[in-house]
Order: sequence, then C-alpha cells, then structure tokens
Amino acid sequence: MTGFEAVVLTIVTAATPLLIAALGELVTERSGVLNLGVEGMMIVGAVTGFAGAQLTGSPYLGVIAAMAGGMALSSLFGFLVLRLAANQVASGLALTLLGLGLSGMIGEAFIGQPGLKLERIDIPFLTDLPVVGTILFGQDPLVYASVTLAVCVSRFLFRTRAGLALRAVGNNHASAHMLGVHVIRTRFLAVLFGGACSGLAGGYLSLAYTPQWVEGMTAGRGWIALALVVFASWMPLRAAVGAYLFGGALILQFHAQAEGIPLPSQFLSALPYIATVAALVILSRDRWTARNDSPSCLGQVFVPDR
Amino acid sequence: MPGGNVLLEARGIVKSFGGLAANDRIDLTVHAGEIHALLGENGAGKSTLVKILYGSLQPDAGSVSWEGRPAAVGNPAEARALGIGMVFQHFSLFEGLTVAENIALALPPDEAGSGLAANVRSVSESYGLPLDPAARVASLPVGVRQRIEIVRCLLQRPRLLIMDEPTSVLTPQEAERLFETLRRLAGEGCAVLYISHRLEEVRQLCHSATVLRHGRVVGRPDPKTASMADLARLMVGADVEGAGSREGEPAAAGPVRLAVRGLSLEADTPFGVSLEDISLEVRGGEIVGVAGVAGNGQDELFAALSGETPAFDDDAVEIDGRACGRMGPRWRRRLGAAFIPEERLGHAAVPAMRLSENAVLTRHGTDPELATGGLLHLSQARGLARRIVERFDVRAPEGDPEAGALSGGNLQKFVVGRELDRRPGVLAVSQPTWGVDIGAATEIRRELAALARDGAAVLAISQDLDEILEISDRIAVISRGRLSPAVPTGDTSREAIGLLMGGAGD
Repeated sequence: MTGFEAVVLTIVTAATPLLIAALGELVTERSGVLNLGVEGMMIVGAVTGFAGAQLTGSPYLGVIAAMAGGMALSSLFGFLVLRLAANQVASGLALTLLGLGLSGMIGEAFIGQPGLKLERIDIPFLTDLPVVGTILFGQDPLVYASVTLAVCVSRFLFRTRAGLALRAVGNNHASAHMLGVHVIRTRFLAVLFGGACSGLAGGYLSLAYTPQWVEGMTAGRGWIALALVVFASWMPLRAAVGAYLFGGALILQFHAQAEGIPLPSQFLSALPYIATVAALVILSRDRWTARNDSPSCLGQVFVPDR
Repeated sequence: MPGGNVLLEARGIVKSFGGLAANDRIDLTVHAGEIHALLGENGAGKSTLVKILYGSLQPDAGSVSWEGRPAAVGNPAEARALGIGMVFQHFSLFEGLTVAENIALALPPDEAGSGLAANVRSVSESYGLPLDPAARVASLPVGVRQRIEIVRCLLQRPRLLIMDEPTSVLTPQEAERLFETLRRLAGEGCAVLYISHRLEEVRQLCHSATVLRHGRVVGRPDPKTASMADLARLMVGADVEGAGSREGEPAAAGPVRLAVRGLSLEADTPFGVSLEDISLEVRGGEIVGVAGVAGNGQDELFAALSGETPAFDDDAVEIDGRACGRMGPRWRRRLGAAFIPEERLGHAAVPAMRLSENAVLTRHGTDPELATGGLLHLSQARGLARRIVERFDVRAPEGDPEAGALSGGNLQKFVVGRELDRRPGVLAVSQPTWGVDIGAATEIRRELAALARDGAAVLAISQDLDEILEISDRIAVISRGRLSPAVPTGDTSREAIGLLMGGAGD
C-alpha cells in the first residue's frame, strides 16, 4: 500500500461515520424534528455494536445491534417530543447526556477487550489494481453502504411520494395534517431512521474505525454531523461533500503536523472546521434557496387539534 | 341553480372546545349545483363547521350524510375520497415546495405521477387560472397561491367545494374572476359552500345562505332578495351602522403632521418587497387610507413608518416637522407618534405577558409614570391596563390576564386602546380590524375617526377596501412597493382603486 492510498483510506474512514450520522439527522430535520441527541445515540450505537459483536462473534450482527441501540434511544426521544410534546432542544441535549452515561455503564465490561473488525472487502484482481484498486474496491462494506445511503436518501426525499410527504410535514405541519398526512407517524419514523443512522455511525467507530470500546470514543462527531446538516442546507449530497471535505481536512492536517509544517498546531487543528464551514457556506451561498430548503417547522411542536 | 339533489346534509352537529360550544346543534343542507353561503361573525362557528365537514375535526354529536347515505368523515383524505374539496382561509400551501409538489400531495398516488405537470397546466388554463407547475410557492404572490389551492381542488374533481373567505386577499378584479369560475363550477353541477363576511359578495354570488351566530343557525335567508341590512342584522343580532358612518364633517385639514419623502428601501428578506420612492403627507385631522393587496409592501411601509426599519436618510420620514428617518420606534413615539401593527400576537402584543406588561412595552419610553431610571412601576401599569380595558370595552378575564388569553377581537381593542389612550398626534395603523367581528370593528373605526377629529394625523393601512372607503378622507394605493398619490375619497371609485391595486398604476 502506498502512502497516497493510506491517506485516502483514512480520509474515507474518517468521513464515513460523519456522513451516516448526518444523513440520519438530515431526514429527521427534514420532517421538522430537531434531535440534538446525535452524539448520545452515536455513543450508544458504538457500545451496543461492540457488545453485539463480542457476544455473537459476528461484526455484522454487531452492526445490527448498533442500529438497534441508536433506534432504542431515538424512540425514547420520539416519545418525549412527539407524544408528550416536550421541548426538542432540551430533550435532545438530555438524550446526549443520557447516551454518554448509559454507554459508559454498558461498556464497562468491554473496556480493554480486543474487538472484532469489519473486514475490508477484497475482490481478486479489482482490489489489486494499482492506485485506485484499494480505494475503490477495498473498503469495508459500510463505506459503500454510506455512499449508497446518501444517493438513496436524496432520491427518497426528492423523487418519491413518501419523501414529498416527509418534506411537507417539515415545511408546514398544520397543512400536512389538513391534507391527511400523518404528521406524528411520519416524524416518528424519521426520528427512528435518524436513530438507526446515528447508531450505525457509532457502530462504525467501534467496529471498523478503531475496533475497541473506549468511553466517549465518539469525541464530538455527533455535533459535527449536526452542523454538517445545517451547512449542507438539508441536501443529502451536499452533506456527503461536507463529510468528505471535513474528513479530508482532518487527516491532511494530521499529516501536516507530522511533517512539521511551520504553522501553529492550534490553527491546523481548527483547519478542518474552518475549511468545512467555508466550503459549505460557498455551496449554499444563495440564501434564497438556502431559506427555501430549510424546514420551516424545524423544532416546532405539533399537537393535532382534535 | 339550486334544485339539484341533496348532496350533503348535516344534522345536529355539536362541537365544543373547553366548555364553549363552537357548534350547537347545527343543521345544514347543500344541494348539487348551488352556491351556498355560510355567514357569520368571527367566532360564530363557521370554520369549526367546515372543518368537521372536511374531516379535520370530529363532532361531539350529530351526523353527516352524503347523497342520502350516512358518512362518517374521519379525516380529510376520506372527505376527498367522497368528493369534498376545500380551499382554506389561511393558505395550506407548503412554501418550500413547488406548485406541482403542493398539488401532488393532495392527490391519490396514481394521479400524482409524471403526467401531473401537464395536467395542472391544462386544468388551470381551462378554468382561466394559469399556473406554472415548476414555480416555488414561496416566490408567488397571494392571488396566485389561491389559484394553486383552487386548481388543487379542481384536479380532485370535487362534487362539493368549500371555500373559506376566499376573497379576503384578492383584488376586486381577481375576485370577479373567481366568481366566474365558481359560477361555472356550479353550472357543471358542483356544489360550493362559500364562507364569507362580505355581504355584497354573497348577494351577488350565492343561491342560498345559512347564517350562524354563537354556534347556532339563526336564519336561512335568500341572499338574492335579502338586503345587506337584513343579513347584517342576522349575523350580529342587532342593527349595525352601515358603511359611511363617519360622524360629522372632517375637521378642516390642519398642518402636515406625518410626511414621507422619497422613501426607498431595499427588501432585506428574499420574499419581502422593496419600497420605491414613496411620498405621502398626512395632515392633522384627516385619515389617509392605504389600500392594497397583501404582500405589496404594506409590512415594509409600516416598518419604515414605525422605525422598525430605519431609513438611510433622516429626511425620509418627518413627524410634526421633525426629521426622524433614522430614529427607532421609541424615539418616534417620543415625538408623539403611535403605531399599531397588523399582527396582534407576537408583534403588537406578547401573548405570554400580562396586559399590564404589554401596556408598558410600547409606553415605557413616553410615560414617565410607568418607568423611571430603568425601573418599572407595575402598579401604575396595572392601573393603565385597567383603564384601557374599561374605556375600550375589552372583554377580558378578571384581574391582569395574559394577552394570549384574550380573544382576537378583544386583544385588538386592547392594542388599539393602548395607543389611543396616549392621545398620539400621529398614528400609523395596519389592518386595524383584521379578524375582528363587526361590532368591535365599528367601535375601532369610530375611535380612529374621533382621534382624527381631535387633530391627529392617522394613516391606516388595510386590505379591506370597504374599511378604507368607510374611514378615509384620502386614499392611496400601494402596489409592488410603490404608492399612488393620495386622492380624496369622494373623487375616486372602487373600480379605480381596484385597478391600482392590481398594478395598473405601474
């Protein structure tokens, strides 16, 4: 493996969990629900995924356990904000705190255990191609899944009736209700999808990125995913661009620091954030479209009047 | 004409909200091919009734039958399956979506496919309601938005079309076109349930009528033969002073107290309207009305007058001869001006604050007894709130309730009273009687007239042309951010104003 390939591979693995979590949150927010608990759902997904893989011996079952963990936490959130009409910001923050605590408790037994790793796929001949071989055909399955997911979410939102209904609910829940769209049900499903994605993103960390369980191993990635959604102006493919850009800047600045580039290390550490914000701001600089795309009912409680 | 089969029959509909009966044993019969008016004041229960018919509310008691068979309409989708379509008063469109997407949401999945755009185009053109399926709703003016709602209903081939106050946002010409469409639909056998409080319209258009008051049916007059006064009496349960109730002659025009000179402001939001070279003078003792269709710069003009959007040039706005274009609202109030914005909740008043606190909000800068040195005198404020409540007959819960606890009409009386109580020299008011019932509206208009008679300059922005014609000494029309010269009310006509509202002056 050449140095170039290694850099690209690390960029991809850094970007993948951000992309998966951002896509989940994007769908949730498109339905009008702001779930600030991404970080909490991610860390719970990381620990349930790791635990699932350890207990069953299969990293694939671990992936499913990660999604289930994220969904379980998100269903609690959904119950609070959709059934009980609780404040979404407070509930989401509470969810993050809960997730961090809960994951520490569940994960206590697994600290220091060597984990099972999702193997990179290996297609004879194709993977062996020079330069592009490993990059295109030698990633772990979740990398392909995440890119496919970005395309699918985009198609779903803008090319299907269910996606249209979901955007409608996020755009004007009162009217959607009037038209007979099930606002609460749609939102609950969107919240669950967001939970599954966050859980999966967490599971990616503990099953593919660094196969082990460390408390607090999400290290703020959930927050970055949240920010990506906004800067991508709720467009799935832009979120993918943002995730890869962030991953790229993150890895490159590591290398830059290792090379001893004469810039303050603090600046280099801040670079991924600055670069991502700058790029996404340029992407969505047309504020007319940006405003149109933002779900107008984001964060608003809906109580049907009957 | 009526005489078709009974299409929809509602019997003994009851619906109450927290002990208040919004609908009390209402019976309603609609025949195929008739345009049936549903009349009543705000809060009479019209909207509740049609929401029940459309399935978005469930009645506490009573039954609905459709073509003679009992029909329980559980939700709007079921209503649409029966053939009931509805055009809402407050548009039910999704601003972030395109016209075609908005329409697709209301259609069954098999009709919302790829042929939809062409279908939208052909139906909208055949009814004279042209639409561009790919346009984003957010970028469209209100008249067009209503067209979308109507076309959306028409594509469902409704047997009964419910329209909730459809003309409140239209120019007279647009309204006339709508009437033609409705007449044509009725001719094709479609029934129309037409909610309005514009009596003249109902008399022109409708074949039959049901009048509601306090949730009950109080009469079924024939709109073709009943007079305006008859209908109004049924609606309010008492004689109402008709239009043209300005008492006495306008005071001889005094000095210019409010002047706007060459005011231009770029819109600061994507869907705002830029003001272009607006000039206007209002003299003491007169009311100048600004007519116009919603969204033509009224909000921006009001914000420029009140100082919420300061001008770049001090001379752009003058109050009592003092240039104040760059001053904020509090400083303008100190010059003797008062402002009553259109939105009661959230703009003119904070719903979660008590009346006394709301009274302080616009007056702390001008009334030293309410606030000194940054400290509030709450007992004084409570006294002031009480005084406003008494003087302006605001019906509010006991004590010092939150503004949100008042009904719309009563809160409007309170926010109007709060400013009039100060005896301002200059008053700018937007939609003074929006969503207020006839009784309260008459009082508010009378108060405005009294204020002008005492020498104040009053600028009233309203989308209700009848109101403008009734209260104004001079009328100007705002269209796409430009203001026509103000002409004396006696020298203009409804048609001329309507043309200007439609942009003929551009």
